[in-house]
Amino acid sequence: MKLALRELRRRPGRFVTATAVLTVLAILLMFLGGLLDGLLAGSTGAYRAQRADLIVYSSTARESLVRSRIDSTVRAAVEAVPGVEAVGGLGSVQLGARQADDPTSRDLLSTALLGYELAPRGLPATPPAAGTVIADSTLKADGVAVGDTLLLGPVRTPVEVVGFVDDTGYSGQASLWGSLETWRSVTAANRPDRTFADDSVAALVVQVDGDAAAVADAVDRATDGATATLTIDEAIEALPGVAQQRSTFNQIIGVTAVIALVVVGLFFALITVERTPLYGILKAIGGSSATLFGGVVAQAVAIALVASFLGAGASLALDAAIPPGTLPFQVTPSRLVTNVALLVLAAVAGCAFSLRRVLRIDPAAAIGAAS
Amino acid sequence: MTATPTSTSTSTEPAVNQPDPANPSAPPALRMVDVRKVYGSGDGEVVALDHAELEVARDEIVALVGPSGSGKTTLCSIAGGLLHATDGAVEVDGRDITHLSPSELTDFRRSSVGFVFQTVNLVPFLTARENLLVVNELGGRRNRNGSRARARADQLLEELGLADRAGNLPSQLSGGQRQRVAIGRALMNDPALVLFDEPTSALDSKLGDQVVHLIREEMKARGTSAIIVTHDDRITHYADRTVHIEDGRIQA
Repeated sequence: MKLALRELRRRPGRFVTATAVLTVLAILLMFLGGLLDGLLAGSTGAYRAQRADLIVYSSTARESLVRSRIDSTVRAAVEAVPGVEAVGGLGSVQLGARQADDPTSRDLLSTALLGYELAPRGLPATPPAAGTVIADSTLKADGVAVGDTLLLGPVRTPVEVVGFVDDTGYSGQASLWGSLETWRSVTAANRPDRTFADDSVAALVVQVDGDAAAVADAVDRATDGATATLTIDEAIEALPGVAQQRSTFNQIIGVTAVIALVVVGLFFALITVERTPLYGILKAIGGSSATLFGGVVAQAVAIALVASFLGAGASLALDAAIPPGTLPFQVTPSRLVTNVALLVLAAVAGCAFSLRRVLRIDPAAAIGAAS
Repeated sequence: MTATPTSTSTSTEPAVNQPDPANPSAPPALRMVDVRKVYGSGDGEVVALDHAELEVARDEIVALVGPSGSGKTTLCSIAGGLLHATDGAVEVDGRDITHLSPSELTDFRRSSVGFVFQTVNLVPFLTARENLLVVNELGGRRNRNGSRARARADQLLEELGLADRAGNLPSQLSGGQRQRVAIGRALMNDPALVLFDEPTSALDSKLGDQVVHLIREEMKARGTSAIIVTHDDRITHYADRTVHIEDGRIQA
């Protein structure tokens, strides 16, 4: 191990090519991971912010807030289920928004107005007064400020921004959080085909005491199948595009990791061929195959860590350089750690290509006596 | 440089030497009894070593001479635990290594024998001192006597006249200095037996003479036994005994 690390220190030039290629792959991994996390954050923030365990859709909604509708009868049935602690209505409508000081602008802000009762993280327990909303902080990048009025939808229903909340994007749109009353009135004005009565909401969020999955089943039984109840995590996964984005990006990330594995594998296979005489000598004077292969692995891990460090640095620099709201890119510690682990794993697996060759080196070859 | 042999070598001496007179009960550095080494099988069978008998006493230097393909390298490899004998028994410093497993042989080589190879083969990115210490480092966790190893490396470099070159890489050393570092590496584990594989073949006449002189001095100073595989007649003058081998058979 010490021998291998000394070689890295004394002959860094030998490892520059492999390190450079791995660094490019590390940057690609970090970038893809950052994009995935950014896209998912922009799509799922409104659900992740919920301080609830379950979301109850109508059974015909196919697990979509847009198609769901819950009336007071169903709500009462849900509230009566043992284990249900609190129930809040939730509604949403996706509308383009214009800033009131530029009403003729053709540049619409993509927004989703959400009405709530049970306050999600970062929002006041009592929803803002009718006609006012708390906006997702990504709208600041579009010049929206507290006190501004946004004109929503084709009818240009005005709502006043009275505050901001972080990380509550919904389906790639900036959220506007208001009372159920505000949501119903804006929806009625701009989506006359989808009006809600005063006792109706799009869905319910439910806080439970105990096993959330069991309560979810109980809720659907209590409503005679009128509802489809999901845990928050299931609901996030069911959001349009989320599973598809995750799957697509994970496949690209997986292929990138495989390429890293092949790069490390080929590089160290070549280096091992080159080192065969030296390994013969080292085996002859008492080096075991495990010690020598351990050195190869140590070098591969060291290279992967250097590449990961550079990739993570580039990723953080990119995150800092991207103006807010322009690119869905997000760097998270867990993603960085996952990518580093993935690269290190790929490097170790890549070394396996060299294992057979190291094992087969005959120490007798050191003095020309190999059979 | 003048040769300083301590005894005349002949090609007709018996292959079995006398025990160490200073310690008659001590086992010989090497004892090979009826050793055969066969490669392949059936029609393709090649007998590299045929019923070889050899004993090397403590403090004895043996020159092993023979034409190419005569089996001297095979004999040396079996004596050093690099190869298993097909038949027969091999003892080094009283330890029977005939049936050791590959990992036991690895430990044995690291702890009980020294090798000096034909082309020196120092680790190119290690300094002279580190090339000596590599023997200790290859032992991994089993060899954690680092300070003792460092002290021994420094002592050997001093004795080999390389104290001022301890921090130099092999590329910064002359051929003779590199060969001295290789000798130091072979002596790091304080072996009972050191095996030299044609140590002068890559050196010019004058340098070769110096190196062999140094080998004799170092071996005798430590009471270490040595087998020197060679084609070079000059070496036989420095050996206590010359053993000839031909077609895998040690000549009596």
